[in-house]
Amino acid sequence: MPRNIFKTLQQKFSDFILEAYTYRDDAIVVVDRNAIYDICKFLRDDSRMKFDLLMDLAGVDYLGRDPRFEVVYTLYSLKNNNRLRIKVPIDERNPQIQTVSTLWKIADWYEREVWDMYGIRFKGHPDLRRILMYDEFKGHPLRKDYPITKRQPLITAEYTNNSTITPTVELSNKAMDEYVSEEDGLKVKHMFLNMGPSHPAMHGVIKIILELDGERVVSADVGIGYLHRSFEKHSESIYYNGVFPYTDRLNYVSPLINNVGYALTVEKLLDIEVTERCKYIRIIMSEISRIADHLTCIGAMAMELGAMTAFIYFMQAREAMYQLIEEVTGARITISYVRVGGVKADLPERYEKRVGEQLKKVRAEIKQVHKLLTRNRIFVDRVQGVGVVSKEDAISFSFTGPLLRASGVDYDVRKQFPYSNYDKIDFEIPIGKNGDVYDRYLIRMEEMEQSCLIIEQAFEKMPKGAIMVDFEGQEIPAEKMADLGKFGQTKNLLHQVAVTDPTLLGSNKPYHDMVYAPDKRVSLPSKEKTYGSIEGLMNHFMLIMDGYGIRPPRGEAYFAVEGANGELGFYIVSDGTDKAHRVRCRPPCFAFVAGFGKMIEGAQVADIVPAFGSINMIAGELDR
Amino acid sequence: MVEGIGIVLLKLAFVLLFVLNFGGLLTWVERKQSALMQDRIGANRASIFGIRLIGLFHTIADAVKMFTKESFRPVAAEKFLFTIGPGISVFFALVGFAVIPFGDVLIIGGKEINLQLAPLNIGVLYLFAVAGMAVYGVVLGAWASKNNFALLGGLRASAQMISYEVALGVTIIGSLMIYQTVELQEIVRWQGGTLWGWLPKWGVLMQPVGFILFLTVGIAQSKRVPFDAPEGESEIIGYFLEYSGMGFGMYMLTDFVETVMISAITVTLFLGGWQVPYLMADGFHFPWGATWQLENWAVALLQVGSFTLKVMFFLWLQMTIRWTLPRFRYDQIMRLGWKYILPISLVNILITGLIITLLK
Repeated sequence: MPRNIFKTLQQKFSDFILEAYTYRDDAIVVVDRNAIYDICKFLRDDSRMKFDLLMDLAGVDYLGRDPRFEVVYTLYSLKNNNRLRIKVPIDERNPQIQTVSTLWKIADWYEREVWDMYGIRFKGHPDLRRILMYDEFKGHPLRKDYPITKRQPLITAEYTNNSTITPTVELSNKAMDEYVSEEDGLKVKHMFLNMGPSHPAMHGVIKIILELDGERVVSADVGIGYLHRSFEKHSESIYYNGVFPYTDRLNYVSPLINNVGYALTVEKLLDIEVTERCKYIRIIMSEISRIADHLTCIGAMAMELGAMTAFIYFMQAREAMYQLIEEVTGARITISYVRVGGVKADLPERYEKRVGEQLKKVRAEIKQVHKLLTRNRIFVDRVQGVGVVSKEDAISFSFTGPLLRASGVDYDVRKQFPYSNYDKIDFEIPIGKNGDVYDRYLIRMEEMEQSCLIIEQAFEKMPKGAIMVDFEGQEIPAEKMADLGKFGQTKNLLHQVAVTDPTLLGSNKPYHDMVYAPDKRVSLPSKEKTYGSIEGLMNHFMLIMDGYGIRPPRGEAYFAVEGANGELGFYIVSDGTDKAHRVRCRPPCFAFVAGFGKMIEGAQVADIVPAFGSINMIAGELDR
Repeated sequence: MVEGIGIVLLKLAFVLLFVLNFGGLLTWVERKQSALMQDRIGANRASIFGIRLIGLFHTIADAVKMFTKESFRPVAAEKFLFTIGPGISVFFALVGFAVIPFGDVLIIGGKEINLQLAPLNIGVLYLFAVAGMAVYGVVLGAWASKNNFALLGGLRASAQMISYEVALGVTIIGSLMIYQTVELQEIVRWQGGTLWGWLPKWGVLMQPVGFILFLTVGIAQSKRVPFDAPEGESEIIGYFLEYSGMGFGMYMLTDFVETVMISAITVTLFLGGWQVPYLMADGFHFPWGATWQLENWAVALLQVGSFTLKVMFFLWLQMTIRWTLPRFRYDQIMRLGWKYILPISLVNILITGLIITLLK
């Protein structure tokens, strides 16, 4: 497949294709910047190519190389179900490239982010403002020569003194006072309303500037970035496993999926496979998180519509899910459970039974809420035909996940690019057709049921193996074993089995080996090996010492998982050291928020609330 | 003369205590009932000397909090209107109770005391006039805050309350045609009779459609879920957005007082007010012939108790509705009012008129 694409492109744009190759099964084309618009247009419109979704657009800074920057486009074709990465080298002296925002609506925001982070200008972009950083910020933070420790005052005294505080937002490109239109001979002045950043329905922090004609929304400008925590910059400064706590804070309602997504990307870069049991554990934990996420989304939406009771019911169900997560990971939100090459620890004993009990509770609550809402006339009136996004718009804004499926497009990463044994599990993807809030609600409700089925199947298919420890006079508690090891009494230690809780990191060899890939480059050895053999100890140190650790070969990889909101992609560039050169996260709800202004145009003020609830904006992942 | 004033003051004290206590207690009921419905514990932290009394002290704690909080006024606000807004609101909610009869006649020392604060012969009209004024408190407060969110809330409130005002009047015309009076005490007395000798002639049986419509419109008038678009806490935060301290407290109290008010009017118009089935002025007269003589004071006590119980039932019903349903959108409320409730009420009047004429 990639070969055909390369061939066609080389025939058509022979002068502009600098390079075309595949790496880790990713098709990559390096093109000249002058042809980027034509190539993108061709790729989007050509009947054989049909790359209709711009999944991601990111910048990379190769400081010291000429040309210094690179803009990376990740395209996806629904028709052929394949991805293509286009890389465009950009000169430092003239960091400029043609915009593609006329081809894909989402490119508008993506390009603003690249401008914000790297200072690359996009020629022809309608509105090239900063997006994640504030307007007064100086410099471009993701450039390699911007020190991570550098601090800037939020707003300087100088700024507050001599600025006339002109609104940076220009709605319909007019000054605010001229907002007069004539309707039926009456002169109408539109009202402006700042919804957010501090507003009860704007959970997370987000600002919407509304231009209102009575209760009707004429236009809306969405401002984000209030929760920007430099996730990408941080990830470049720390070793690979150290990024996991940061990924917890992306989508903090379903952090396990972020963990899994990041781990799988690094594993793709390293070209390693995890053990079967580990794959199923990752599936189970992901699906539990997905249920928690959907429960939160629907519950919060119902609450904002005034149906507080449905919200509390769902919070109870979510509590059941959080308890399950807590039993495995020891935490509820900041779980940091997954590791490159495995997971932190195996599932606790009799976990399957516990999950069965909790899923029963969740199903009961879902049934309850079905009764409360699904055919409730007021609820249906409030959500049906509200926040409609057509199929074309959804694709152009590169929506993914429940929102894309509500608009009638069958795309789910778990089906299209199965990872972690999702292909061995039998489940269905619900598809909507109207693209309104009601369809999104129904899809999320059904997906929770499907997730329950996935969890049950995963438990059935998961290899069991020797989980129970042999108690024949051999075992010593893990901490005692560690003490012995430290004092050099290592005789026969390798053959002994420690009695510990299976959820304790690195202890208990049988558990450990079940969930860690047998790969010395990434997996910490079990404590028995560390304290019992010189190979284990060396392996341990090689992974722990600064400057060593996990060192993927020079290269790059894009990998996506189906987050609760849609395609959660990671694009990682490795320069061969133990720290990533670039970690780019493609947050699913970035696209939703980019399309939100369009979604509510012409709607009523009251419709903003269910529409916003249905896109499930999670500020942690939106602003990174 | 002095005696007369004393009696009026006593009645006034009773009504005010009744209403304000119910209003205050509703803050507790709302928390506790929502907690029950949502499998929570609810408010139970406030305590006096370690006694918690299932959270009842929260009512007091709330009042203390409201009074001691800073009453903040935005710089741009219209000073005078901003200050009197909540007062207007709560005033008109309270004065409506003047005409609600809470019992028949109590005889003390040969003196007949009408258990109604103000026996007005235009009782129903007075009620509607007062209910119509309530919107001013909301709109003035909202406008005077000089806040766009509050303004939206005020606009919604005025549109909603004025529209439903019309419906409110029309829905009970059917009942008034049957009762042939607009004095509330008389209306209640009329409902004391029986149908076919055994069925109490309560308004709800005579006018079932009117009853349901009136209750709906009543809830809409009190601006509570599902008709709380003027407040819309997750959309526009509400017309009282800029209020804090007791200003906000008075708006909240208005909400609760109006809830009590709606219950009281519904009970008076449709559930026989203070009537207890088969209870006459001198005791029970059961349809199967048995009688049970009672003293006048006992009858009065039973009547007041009956009225209170019925009001409590409707409070419970309104709370249940409030915690079950989501919120309407503003235009949906308008559509419901003008396109459904008003025409159905008109048809109801027509049919009632036909039946009355035919039965004559």
